[in-house]
Amino acid sequence: MSVTSEMTEVADDDAATRAFGSAGGAGLPRLLPPVPARDLRGHLEQYGGPGLRGPALISEVERAGLTGRGGAAYPAGQKLRSVRERAGLRGAVVIANGVESEPASAKDASLLARSPHLVLDGIALAAEATSARSAYLCVRRQVQADALAAAIAERGGYDPVPVQLALVPERYVSSAESALVRYLNGGPALPGFTPPRPFERGVRGRPTLVSNVETLANLALVSRHGADWFRSVGTGSAPGSALVTVSGAARHPGVYEIAFGTPVRDVLALAGGGGEIGGVQAVLAGGYFGRWLAGGAALGTPAAPDTLRAAGASFGAGIFLVLPAEGCGLAETARVVRYLAGQSAGQCGPCFNGLPAIADALEQLAFGQGGGGRGAHGRALRWLRDLFGFVEGRGACHLPDGVAGLAASALRVFADDVRRHERGPCLAARGRPVFPVPSAAAGAATPRASALEARG
Amino acid sequence: MSKRLRVNPLRCTAHGVCAGLLPELISLDPWGYPIFAGGPVPPDLEPLARRTVSSCPALALLLEPVPPAGPVRPG
Repeated sequence: MSVTSEMTEVADDDAATRAFGSAGGAGLPRLLPPVPARDLRGHLEQYGGPGLRGPALISEVERAGLTGRGGAAYPAGQKLRSVRERAGLRGAVVIANGVESEPASAKDASLLARSPHLVLDGIALAAEATSARSAYLCVRRQVQADALAAAIAERGGYDPVPVQLALVPERYVSSAESALVRYLNGGPALPGFTPPRPFERGVRGRPTLVSNVETLANLALVSRHGADWFRSVGTGSAPGSALVTVSGAARHPGVYEIAFGTPVRDVLALAGGGGEIGGVQAVLAGGYFGRWLAGGAALGTPAAPDTLRAAGASFGAGIFLVLPAEGCGLAETARVVRYLAGQSAGQCGPCFNGLPAIADALEQLAFGQGGGGRGAHGRALRWLRDLFGFVEGRGACHLPDGVAGLAASALRVFADDVRRHERGPCLAARGRPVFPVPSAAAGAATPRASALEARG
Repeated sequence: MSKRLRVNPLRCTAHGVCAGLLPELISLDPWGYPIFAGGPVPPDLEPLARRTVSSCPALALLLEPVPPAGPVRPG
């Protein structure tokens, strides 16, 4: 069983999704009600029917300032408008992205399990607003697809276009927009070469809206309640609420809904806080695609894309992994980067050569026998900084950029540890891993074989 | 209209022909994949850049108009 599916089960448990609104955001929960409305009747009783539709909804979403919840935080209204403008006679396509291939995230699975009709409403509204003729909902596990098929069947002719479920092969890069488009076009679920980007030319050559399922659920709420209601929680630059997954050394790992701008410390408190002894050493914010945030004063940083970015970290898809005082940040980073290197699709040379080299160098820093500035340790450190430049911006997708960013933030936040490890690994580095890292075998492929498959 | 060099990383298989033909603008990383000098291709190098593009055995090298500056596009 993968770590993610364990976490999803925790998140599906009503008890795990507690402490709504105690993060200081009035009017929460929005997306994950304490009593889930899994069937259509319960959903309509809880939320009522949609209100604004079509172009009026796009304008309202722009006023609301809703941004993408899949990690990039791109303005949702602008994306809807770009697709609508290009739809023309051929029509557009909507893809709801619920693949959530990030191992430390469980929020999309949680949302789909607890509020499926909110997501399906969002798909219907996005399809109508972009003049789409077909819509897909992409997930990665059969049990999710089965549950969602039942929810879709319940809606009958309720939706303007039928929603087709797609089960996407499990692999880190398969949830990239261009990978979903390639897969639905009959190709491999691997990132493609852009431009053209999906909103220009996507599924069957049509302008394609690829939107995270949480973004679409928010679209359904903006349709009902409007922009002012949406902006009544969150910050001016990051309005609304967001689902977060807190794990690592947290006492009660799980999925929580927060108001954007809630201090990271309070987000961790929702999960019972972290670190049995000595508290939180650091937080990996944004998940395996994210950046380290130091413990102490930095934990006062408001949890939102802009504020975390300014602090050198990342909000990403709302993932917070707690490193306890007794953990080793270098060792955790080395293990995560080794996993990510194994997830390279093997399509782009700088990625399938560079990521294993970065993992090697990080393992030398974390686990190797020292040697100081002139020895293996110093060489690994200098080589690492060169490697960042050799991989950044050089893949078809952003996997190499993510790995370089994560590793660079580890060197920054754990600078003292890097020096201490000159004398060899610390005790914690020899201890048990804190973060969930799937086994290297999951989804890995030999680089050249999949490169050939990709070109075929 | 100014042009820039770009490589399709999915196609490139590190033949290195490009860096041999156009060392003014292209160098190779430790594994043999091209790295481009920043900025647009100087007009006097454009004919050579065009020849380099057509010599790429993997058809991976592109000479394309510099995209207009502006807000990042979605997707």
